[in-house]
Amino acid sequence: MFELFGISSQALFGQLLIGLINGSFYALLSLGLAVIFGMLNIINFAHGAQYMLGAFAAYFLLQYAGLGYWWAILLAPIVVGITGIIIERLFLQWLYKLDHLYGLLLTFGLALIFEGTFRNFFGSSGLPYSVPPALQGGQNLGFMFLPNYRGWVVVFSLAVCLTTWFVIERTKLGSYLRAATENPALVRAFGINVPRMITLTYGFGVALAALAGVMAAPIYNVSPQMGANLIIVVFAVVVIGGMGSIMGAIVTGFGLGLIEGLTKVFFPEASNTVIFIIMAIVLLIRPAGLFGRSA
Amino acid sequence: MKRMFTLTAVAVVLGCGCAQAQYTDGTIKIGVMNDMSGTYSDLSGQGSVIAARMAVEDFGAAAKGMKVEIVGADHQNKPDVGSNVVRTWIDVDKVDVIVDVPTSSVALAVNEIVRDKNKVFLVSGAAASDLTGPKCTPNTIHWTYDTWALANGTGKAIVKTGGDTWFFLTADYAFGHALERDTAAVVEKNGGKVVGRVRHPFPGTDFSSFLLQAQASKAKIIGLANAGSDTINSIKQASEFGITQSGQNLAALLAFITDVHALGLQTAQGLIMTEAWYWDLNDANREFTKKFAPQFKGVHPTMVHAGVYSAVTHYLKAVEALKSDADGKAVVAKMKEMPTDDKLFGKGEVRADGRKIHPMYLFEVKKPAESKAPWDYYKLRATIPADEAFRPLAEGGCPLVKS
Repeated sequence: MFELFGISSQALFGQLLIGLINGSFYALLSLGLAVIFGMLNIINFAHGAQYMLGAFAAYFLLQYAGLGYWWAILLAPIVVGITGIIIERLFLQWLYKLDHLYGLLLTFGLALIFEGTFRNFFGSSGLPYSVPPALQGGQNLGFMFLPNYRGWVVVFSLAVCLTTWFVIERTKLGSYLRAATENPALVRAFGINVPRMITLTYGFGVALAALAGVMAAPIYNVSPQMGANLIIVVFAVVVIGGMGSIMGAIVTGFGLGLIEGLTKVFFPEASNTVIFIIMAIVLLIRPAGLFGRSA
Repeated sequence: MKRMFTLTAVAVVLGCGCAQAQYTDGTIKIGVMNDMSGTYSDLSGQGSVIAARMAVEDFGAAAKGMKVEIVGADHQNKPDVGSNVVRTWIDVDKVDVIVDVPTSSVALAVNEIVRDKNKVFLVSGAAASDLTGPKCTPNTIHWTYDTWALANGTGKAIVKTGGDTWFFLTADYAFGHALERDTAAVVEKNGGKVVGRVRHPFPGTDFSSFLLQAQASKAKIIGLANAGSDTINSIKQASEFGITQSGQNLAALLAFITDVHALGLQTAQGLIMTEAWYWDLNDANREFTKKFAPQFKGVHPTMVHAGVYSAVTHYLKAVEALKSDADGKAVVAKMKEMPTDDKLFGKGEVRADGRKIHPMYLFEVKKPAESKAPWDYYKLRATIPADEAFRPLAEGGCPLVKS
């Protein structure tokens, strides 16, 4: 096989695949954020905490109800989505007419409350959650050993992302949603219940975050900090992709995962910062993001 | 008449002042600073404050007429935050001694500040052996463990049983570098070879790409030069990628009982680690644990917590003997002069370079079937006697040691 900059092609492909797997988490999370910001104009800083809530919901379902991973994939997003709807009804609906900053501050405060409460009860070392039996083991691909579960993560995230994009951009429901964001008064005049659509959209965005959390539970530590570490990177991804663009979030999520994977091979110490460097460069050249529409 | 009264009053005040001990501000203020919310909060955190409180109670400070106050703070693993807290504590709040401080980068920063302000620094949580090496000061005592002791314990034991090629996965900050350096030295001294290393950002979440590089190196042993959640995630993900199944072994160079608890025995079984203290070693430790655990959400004390207890106890003894806590250098000199003796570590001593000496223990994590109760995780493989466990005094490069 060939060698590139001293790294064998085997190692390179292995790292690219890992990067793709990480990218699928970035894509899922940034999709939720992009949906919420694109549709609702709320900067949802609680997204990381809601990702954490999804993982904890999966853990609780296993511990106290004996329901395994497959149930958790279905139920945890619904449960956390409902808490999202409650938050929207109680707090967020008063902030739509105000500056973006208020939504940011509120959701940031909520994130701190959630994380602090969970850390108080569960500590920070994390709780164990094992890979479901059906997905254990792995395939020896020759250039690396791919755990089945990680392969599933890529496939499933891709499916969810593409389905969401399709619903929003290509169906009637999606077109109502997009219209309601641009001109709520006119859309209401047509008899469409705009506030309810907005509430459900926020719930859906939160459910996406929780889904990412359930998928992360077996491989990353289920700990109260898991969202805080990830959310900053995800925001950078959304900014690079363009704040309102769904396809942008998906493409950028996977793309940046790949770039971060490459950085870990050639210059591992910078792997935490490379995404922010790219964000700075993109903002200088295209302030609206790669796929964003300038307002 | 009034002048007589004033003179008498002045005389009484002066007389009272000379008879009592002179503590700055009338109080001995102990500042426990560590990570209360992040990677290291279970192995230190609020538990260290609890351990300090238990030390003060067991010492009987109140009965001896000594007023002791304990304050806690979160340094968030950031040297700038830790430095600011310590400066405010010393300048404004009149704190006399800083205790614990895991995260070696923060400890090294605090080390300098405490020396400049002539207070006392008792390190229980941090690991970098530089604290008793080139960076030693007359105001600091490194209490519980350090990277040299870990390398000497775990590293030597693993090389001797055949693990002679190593690949390091290192946390990219002061502690990781120190641990990697000390372990690499031990490996090479005992006939092994270091075939590669990779540094991951601290704190990290996903180690899959670094573990892949470790796998590609074909080293027999993958040395994890990190701690807390980083170690936990590295071990979990290594097992996921079939690393342990395909013949490579992990060496958790710094692991605490809280890490094993988070991993679960199924994943952690067989891990070898070096620790200075274990709750189930003897009756005194068990008794301490019975009082400690309910106060800390059932979490059993780690060696860091035990170290805080022991350090605070010895500090209070020294301050009582000196009848003063004002001069940090004098207190530390007294602590080095008096042999240590407390119920958790037994008899020991503090060396000239600020290193506290006690035996270290090599533990292996039990298999799930061998564990009778939660937190019953370790079996004792070997005891390293105190005079062999730590770096020899002459080799440290500490300016305080006259060669």
